[in-house]
Amino acid sequence: MNQVIMQQKNIAIIGGGPAGIEAAASLAGLGHHVWLIERDSELGGHLRLMFNLFPDKRPADEVLQEMLTHAQNPNIEILTNTQVVDCQQIANNRFALKTDKGQTLEADAVLMATGYRLFDAARKEEYGYGIYPGVINSFELEAMLKNNALKNVKGEVPRRVILLHCIGSRDEKVGNHYCSKVCCVTAVKQAIEIKRRHPDTEVFCFYMDIRMFGPYYEELYREAQEKWKVSFVRGKISEAAANLDGEIQIKAEDTLIGKPLHMRTDLLVLMCGMEADTDEPVAQQLGIARGQNRFFRSADNYTLYNNTNVEGVFTAGACTAPMNIIDTIANARAAAISIHNYLGCRS
Amino acid sequence: MNPTPFDIFVLPFTVGMSLLFAYLILKYASWIWYFDRDDKLKILRGLFSLKSLKAAKEIFLESLIHRKMFLVNKRLGYMHMSLAFGWFLLIVIGAVEGHTYMGGAAPFYFPIFFVYFVPDDESFFFARGFVQLMDAALLLVLSGVVVAIVKRFYKRIVGMKSTTQLRLRDKMVLYSLWLIFPLRLFAESATCGLHGSGGFLTGTVGSLMAATLPLEAIEYPLWWAYSIDLCLFFIGLPFSRYMHIPTEMVLIFFKNWGIRLKPDNPILEEVMVLSCPRCGVCIDRCQLNTAVGNHDTQAVYFLQRIRNSEEHSAQAKNCLMCGRCESVCPVGIDLNAIRLRHRQNFTPETFVPQYNNAEARKVDVVFFTGCMGHLVPKTKDAMVKILNASGDNYWFMDADGGVCCGRPMKLAGQTTAAEKLMAKNRQSIIDSGARTLVTSCPICYKVFREDYNLDIEILHHTEYIKRLIDSGKIKVGKLNTAVAYHDPCELGRGAGIYAEPRAVLGAVATLAPVPDECKNSLCCGGSLANLTLPSADKMRIAQQTMTSLTTNHPDVVATACPLCKKTLNRTQMAPVEDIAELVAEAMK
Repeated sequence: MNQVIMQQKNIAIIGGGPAGIEAAASLAGLGHHVWLIERDSELGGHLRLMFNLFPDKRPADEVLQEMLTHAQNPNIEILTNTQVVDCQQIANNRFALKTDKGQTLEADAVLMATGYRLFDAARKEEYGYGIYPGVINSFELEAMLKNNALKNVKGEVPRRVILLHCIGSRDEKVGNHYCSKVCCVTAVKQAIEIKRRHPDTEVFCFYMDIRMFGPYYEELYREAQEKWKVSFVRGKISEAAANLDGEIQIKAEDTLIGKPLHMRTDLLVLMCGMEADTDEPVAQQLGIARGQNRFFRSADNYTLYNNTNVEGVFTAGACTAPMNIIDTIANARAAAISIHNYLGCRS
Repeated sequence: MNPTPFDIFVLPFTVGMSLLFAYLILKYASWIWYFDRDDKLKILRGLFSLKSLKAAKEIFLESLIHRKMFLVNKRLGYMHMSLAFGWFLLIVIGAVEGHTYMGGAAPFYFPIFFVYFVPDDESFFFARGFVQLMDAALLLVLSGVVVAIVKRFYKRIVGMKSTTQLRLRDKMVLYSLWLIFPLRLFAESATCGLHGSGGFLTGTVGSLMAATLPLEAIEYPLWWAYSIDLCLFFIGLPFSRYMHIPTEMVLIFFKNWGIRLKPDNPILEEVMVLSCPRCGVCIDRCQLNTAVGNHDTQAVYFLQRIRNSEEHSAQAKNCLMCGRCESVCPVGIDLNAIRLRHRQNFTPETFVPQYNNAEARKVDVVFFTGCMGHLVPKTKDAMVKILNASGDNYWFMDADGGVCCGRPMKLAGQTTAAEKLMAKNRQSIIDSGARTLVTSCPICYKVFREDYNLDIEILHHTEYIKRLIDSGKIKVGKLNTAVAYHDPCELGRGAGIYAEPRAVLGAVATLAPVPDECKNSLCCGGSLANLTLPSADKMRIAQQTMTSLTTNHPDVVATACPLCKKTLNRTQMAPVEDIAELVAEAMK
C-alpha cells in the first residue's frame, strides 16, 4: 500500500473540456493525482454549448454529465476559474506551474487539453457577420436549438434557413488550409433538427464538398435529404447583404449546373471551423511545437500522437487537430495511457 | 594650319565608331518607318518645335546628370553621372580643343588621340586650360569607373541590396567599358611622361611612369590598346545593355513629341526596352523581391527577357502592377503598360462577362461600389449612410451586385470581354443623366477615368466625401482615434489621389505618420493584377506592409480600397477600416 502512494505522480491537465475531463478520469483511475485546471467557472468547454451530438443525436448535456460522473474521484483536484500564468521545467524532469490564484503546482507531467477557438466569422466580411443580425454562426444556431428559440430577426419562426459550410476552413485566404472535419456533419445534424421542429421551414446547405468521415454520418446525410428534404447546393456563397426587412440576400453559384443563384433567407448560418488557440501562454513558455496548421504537432502522427517535442508534456483532443467528441474521448484516454507509461518508465 | 595627323592605330577606333553610327542610323530610321501615320505626323510637327528643346533639356538632366537617379539613390546617381557626364565633357572639350588646334578642320578621330598627336604644343589658344580641363573630366569618369567596379563586387557601396545579373556578352562589353578610361589615362600619361608635359593628372602619372617604366617601349602599344578597346566597345554596344545610351535619348525625343505606347504598335515598346540601362533601381523597390524573395520578375529582368527574346510569360503574369518600380524608373519607362501588353499575348480570351441589367434612374449622382465593394459590406453601408445624409439625388447603380467595371478582366488580358462590359456600363451611366459618378473602388475609378470616355465628373469616394465635408453637406466630429493611412496603389500611384483621403482623415481622426507614404507607399499584396502569386506570398507582402503601417502604433489602419482592406485585414495585425466607415462613424 505504501509503495502505491510513493509511486503516485502528479499530473497537471490544462483545460477542463471533454479531453481534460476524460483524461483526468482515466489518469485518476490509474492511481495518479490530477489537477484539472479550467479557466471558466464550470467544466465542459464547448460541449456545454451544444444541444445534441451527431450521429445518434444524444443530448450533449447527458454525455457531459456522464463524463463528469466518471471524473468524480478523490485523486482529481478540480481548479475552476483558474489560469496557469507561468510554467517552468524544474529539476528531475518536473514542472512548476503558477496559477493566477497564487498556487504553485509541481507536476511530473503536463497534459495540454486546451481545445480550439471558433473561427471568427467577422473575418469574412463579405458574409456580413456582426453587421446584419440575420447572419449567425453555427454555435449561435446551436444555442437557439438548445433554448428552443429558433427565430428570425423579427422574432418569427424562419421560413428559410441557409447553412454555409467551410467558414474559415479550407480557405487559403484566411490562412487555414485544413478541413475542420466536424462542420459538415454538424450542419446535417442542425438541418435535421430544424426540419424536425419546423417542417415548413426550408433548409439549404451550401457546400464545397460534403465530408462524412465517421460511422453513421453518411446515413445521417441521406436521412437529411430523403426524410427531411434538406436541399444541398454545391457552391460557396460569394456575398451576403441585408435588405430593409432584415432578410439576407445571398449570391452564389450552383457549380453542379454552372448557374449563378440569388436567394433570400431569414437566417444565414456560418458553419465556422476550428482554429488553434495560439495565445496560450503555457505552450509558448514550454516551447511546444506547432504544425503548419498552428495546432500542436505530435511527436509522431502514428505511434506517438499524444507526445510533443517537450519531454513530459502531452496533448489530448482538439488542441492537436479539429476533432469531434467521440474521437476526443478516445484521444484523451490514449493520452492518459501515454502519460502513465511515461511516468512508469521514470520511477 | 597644321597638317592632318594620322597613325594607323586610329583605324580600329574609326572602324568601330563608323559601324556603330551606321547601325544606329539604320535602327533609328527603321523605328520611324514602322511608326503609324499618326505618330509620324507627331514627329514632323514636333521636330522643329519647343518640344525638341524640352527634350534636349531632359536629355541633359536625365541622360547626363541622372537627376532622377540621384533622387532615388545618391551614390548610384553619382556613378552614372560621373560616367555619362564625364565622358560627355571629354568628348565636347576634346572636340573644341582639337578643332581649335586644327583651325576647325580636325578629322573625327583626332580629338580622341589628341595627346598622342600633340604631346607638348602649348602655342594654340587656351592650350594649358584645355589640358587641365581634360584631366579633370578624365578624373571624373575614372572615379565613376572605380565605383562601378567596386559595385560589381560589393553592391552595398551604392546602397543597393541587389544589382542586376549579367550575361557573358554584357560582361565582355562591361569590361571593355571599364578599360577605356584607365587605358586612356595610361596612354596619355605615357606620352606626357616622355615629353614632360600634361595636366595635373596625366602630368603627374606620366612623371611617375617615366621614373618606373620603359615609356618608349610601352607608349605606342598603349595607344593601340586604347583604340582597339574603343573599337570593341562600339561594336559590342548594340548587342549589350549599353544600347540604352543612344536609345534613351531617342526615347526622350519620342516622348516629348507626344508618342505613346499603343497596344497594337510594338515600336515604342522596343525603344523602351532598349532604353533600360539596367541600373536595377526597380529591384529593391519590388515587394516580390523584398517580401517574397523572387529574383527574376522585377522590371529589369522582365525587360531583359523581352530584349533577349527569352521566355517571359511567367514574368508577364507575376507582377502586382503596384507601380512602385515605374514611379522611380529614371528613364520613365511605362513598365506596367509593357507588362500588360505581354499578358495579352499569353492569355487566351475565354471569359464571358455577366452584364448589369439594372434600369437606369434619372439622378445627379451615380454611385458604383464595384464587385469588391460588395465583399466589404461595412464600407458599402457606410457609403449608403453618407449618400443618404448628403441630400444628393443618387442612384446606387450596382446595389444588386452582379456587375464588373472591366478592369480586372483587362488586367488579366481579357480585353474583348472587358470592352463589352464597359460599353454596357457606360450606356447605363449615360442614361442616368448624372453629372457625377462616385465609386468606392480605386480599381473601378481608374478604369472609369481612363477607358470609359465619359463626359461627366468621376470621383473616388474620398474626393466626394471631402467635397461633402467642405461644403457642409455632411457634418462630422472628430473621433478619438489615431489612424495610419494606406495609399492603395491604383488610387495613389495609379490615379495621383494622395491629398483628399488625408484631408478627410484629418477631419475625422488623428493622422499618424507612416514611413512609406504616398508615391513610396507599399502594396497590400492582394492586387488583382497578379493571378499567379500564391496566397501565402500575398500574405507575406501584406504583413510587410502592415509592419510599416503600424510603426507608430495607430488604433486603426485606414484605406480607401475594398481590396486593400480585405487583404490587410487578413494579417490580423491591426483593425483595418475604409475611410468611409470612419466618416460614417464621425457623422453628427
